[in-house]
Amino acid sequence: MPDPTLSCLTLLGAWALIGFAGLVRPGSVFVVGRVLFPLGALVGVALALVALVNAAQPADQLVLPLGLPDLPFHLRSDALSDVFLFLLGAASAGVSIFGAGYFRSGEGTAPGLLCLQYHLFLASMGLVLLADDAYLFMLTWETMALSSYFLVTTQHRLPEIRRAGFLYLLIAHVGAIGILLSFGVLQGGSWQFTFDAMRAAQLSPAWAAVAFLLALFGFGAKAGLVPLHVWLPEAHPAAPSPVSALMSGVMLKTALYGLLRVTFDLLGEPVWWWGLVPLAFGLFSAIYGVVFAAAQTDMKRLLAFSSIENIGILFTGVGLAIVFGGVGMRTLASLALVAVLYHAVNHAFMKSLLFVGTGSVLHATRERNLGRLGGLIHRMPWVAWLTLIGALAIAGLPPLNGFVSEWLLLQAFLSAYQVPKPFLGMLLPLGAALIALAAALAGYVMVKFYGVIFLGQPREASLERAHDAGWLERIGLGWLAAGCVVLGLFPRHFIDLLELVPMQFGLIQARTIGGNWWRVIPVMERQAAYAPVLFLLVVGLVIALTVFVVSRLYHVRARRSAPWDCGFARLDARMQDTAEGFGQPIRHIFQPFFSMQRELPTPFDRAPHYRVTIGERIWTHAYLPLAELVQRTARAVAWLQQGRIATYLLYSFVTLLVMLGLVL
Amino acid sequence: MSVIPWLTQALEVLAAIAVAPLFVGWIVQCRAWLQNKSAPSIWLPYRAIHKLFHKEAVLAERASPLFRFAPYVVFGSMVCAAAIIPSMGTRLPFSGAADAIALVGLLATARVFVSLAAMDVGTAFGTLGARREMMVGFLAEPALLMVIFVASLISSSTALPEISDALATQPFALYPSLAFTAVAFVLVLLAENARIPVDNPATHLELTMIHEAMLLEYSARHLALMEWAAALKLFNYACIGFALFVPWGVATEQAQTPAALFASLPILAAKLAAAGVGLALIETVSAKLRVFRAPEFLATAFLLAVLGLLVNLLLRA
Repeated sequence: MPDPTLSCLTLLGAWALIGFAGLVRPGSVFVVGRVLFPLGALVGVALALVALVNAAQPADQLVLPLGLPDLPFHLRSDALSDVFLFLLGAASAGVSIFGAGYFRSGEGTAPGLLCLQYHLFLASMGLVLLADDAYLFMLTWETMALSSYFLVTTQHRLPEIRRAGFLYLLIAHVGAIGILLSFGVLQGGSWQFTFDAMRAAQLSPAWAAVAFLLALFGFGAKAGLVPLHVWLPEAHPAAPSPVSALMSGVMLKTALYGLLRVTFDLLGEPVWWWGLVPLAFGLFSAIYGVVFAAAQTDMKRLLAFSSIENIGILFTGVGLAIVFGGVGMRTLASLALVAVLYHAVNHAFMKSLLFVGTGSVLHATRERNLGRLGGLIHRMPWVAWLTLIGALAIAGLPPLNGFVSEWLLLQAFLSAYQVPKPFLGMLLPLGAALIALAAALAGYVMVKFYGVIFLGQPREASLERAHDAGWLERIGLGWLAAGCVVLGLFPRHFIDLLELVPMQFGLIQARTIGGNWWRVIPVMERQAAYAPVLFLLVVGLVIALTVFVVSRLYHVRARRSAPWDCGFARLDARMQDTAEGFGQPIRHIFQPFFSMQRELPTPFDRAPHYRVTIGERIWTHAYLPLAELVQRTARAVAWLQQGRIATYLLYSFVTLLVMLGLVL
Repeated sequence: MSVIPWLTQALEVLAAIAVAPLFVGWIVQCRAWLQNKSAPSIWLPYRAIHKLFHKEAVLAERASPLFRFAPYVVFGSMVCAAAIIPSMGTRLPFSGAADAIALVGLLATARVFVSLAAMDVGTAFGTLGARREMMVGFLAEPALLMVIFVASLISSSTALPEISDALATQPFALYPSLAFTAVAFVLVLLAENARIPVDNPATHLELTMIHEAMLLEYSARHLALMEWAAALKLFNYACIGFALFVPWGVATEQAQTPAALFASLPILAAKLAAAGVGLALIETVSAKLRVFRAPEFLATAFLLAVLGLLVNLLLRA
């Protein structure tokens, strides 16, 4: 049996090598697309398999004599990192094989350079998951941020893309400061920055809370938790689709990983009230994200807001697990944690699938605006049908995977009334109401997303010439869609893997979620059970029987004709409901969320124009005032810079005096 | 695994499929009586379905395979839902396969497919109907979930047969929380089944129609399946209501046999008859709301259900 950590490290090294190999022939689409990206996908599959095998083994540490002198890199593979390594490998495999067919020359960055950035991004995400000291963690965390920044700005010739990239980089660094400070608190006076030292450090309750809140801030910024989410809807549309898929599907999960690592592993025993913070922010993000997703008219922005919703659900689950763990209800804490991990993996598959699906649409039509799409199911059947699986999964519909994790989370929420704290036991179940609302709204968003892009009549004449995805892209889409189906139909096996994580955290001693290969029983059989295979079988059987009976007793003749539409003969594509129209009820119901600017035509306009722009109030109420404040402070401080050498010498002299005064 | 329980399960489902159009016919009958009209035959829904199956299907030129496939999915989902809901017996084998949350998910699947199919041809009415249906749905679905949560807190189970069993077998008690949720449930039932005041099942071609707007492009067997599925949906909702609020008279013995099922059939018939009268009464005394008011109607349902949850947690009753 090879060493677990070393085998993971070797595969990550292989990714880096593939990346550098791209520089040999940087202009060659063939080498990069037909050789290197498929190789990268194979490495991803291998990583997922290795992680699956490793998860069952005890934690394994490795010290690499690299980095600064006397500060070797520590690596460690345990159940938590293996779950996320599996997520990284499995989801990136689909995205890479899709990317093999997707990236072409002439799109900003040269293919070879793109290949380097892409694979360094993958390798650095893997190293973040393996890091076992703060140095290596921050180093790889920054590599991840930088490589993804360059990927976001692939089309760097467009100024708005450079702006989006800058915003992303800015918030990533503000978050990184939070994480750095959190590690600074976690070492607890030992000045040892290995995670082992942090596990051993004894923190006072106040400092532990500070470390947790700093980590929540830092990782929340990376994950896109409201109000630190503003970079997400800018960066995702700017990046090429496979990169958006990786960022949304995988990179946001590394932030979740970091939060779990700090909270449950490094801090050890979380206090119950900590959980209320991610719970509150998570619930708000879930509703906020999905409401804005419903109002979007750009398909990738829509998906970006949907990611904010899912991050909200994940953080809600983390908060719930902390509350349960803090009050000693360890079995339920484990259930909530399993729900979170399951949803993280699910989201990696379904969101990557939807993003690469939009990539195919973008390539075929050069259009991101929902107002100019439509009817693509006829021209792009492969993309349309495979994307349908992703859309149904993310809407949380059984028997696909999105339903399983939301169901587990709701089961955990339903037991929250037992929490022995005044008011808390009463308020927590209300969170279930908000999660249910977010899930139902996600269905609304997905009907809009899918219906406007793929169904109906094409809104532009050029759409009739759209072509379906190439075979490499189809394999990528198919892999991710298969992930959604398998994770939905056979949850029990996957839960076995995920339950190793709460066992590692010491929340439970043995597996608590029961059931067998076709059925999941989260707490007790009497309380709830779910058997997706049986579910699908019965629905499938009924459908087959119905078809059979109808064709036997009656007939299956059909004839094509013009659409009826209540007898209206001159139907055209502009009479369909638009993306704006679909957002209208949501804008109406959730009015306080939006800042809206509307231009309405008068009845006498020769060329009537209707325009509505949706903005986030957070920009005008928080970010712009903050930026103003920073600039004003900067201007005030700039007074110090007189530009005369004598003044600067005076500063040095005064500083020296002050230092001397302090020392003496 | 013995055959008898599964046979019983199949019988229950077949009975649901068979009875559903009759329930619709009964409501039409009651409403006609209340409104001093002469009613069409109570068997009319069957005849309409039979007639539609005989016709040749006419599909729009632009209809995709999704459009043809959706009626089967919707019908299949509704039949599967009928298998989960304990309409006549609570200890049937399929009840362990899915709980009430999965049931809500299944109803959502059906709704999503109806809406997607409505958007498929790309007509003005179809897309409008799909949007409205999803608008009603996203408010009604969490309200229904809340109703189920309240019942699950009382019986500490989210499995509908267990809830029904627990409520039916324990000594009779009045739950204030269930009173709130019962009102919420009736509102959800009206909205989800396209009844007045949210939608009007009696008219075609109203500008504010929801359900009918989505079915405009369907004809023949596809329309028949959609209409049958809608009838089944109404039947399912009524049976969810019975399971939660009047759970008595359902066969609860461990060993389920077709005989036990038949014994509970008259009680179900009586409940359905009463529910039909109630629905007809509501539809007679209330007027249709503007579409813009529908969210308020459903928000009321949602808040009532949440209130029920709070009352339950406060009073533990």
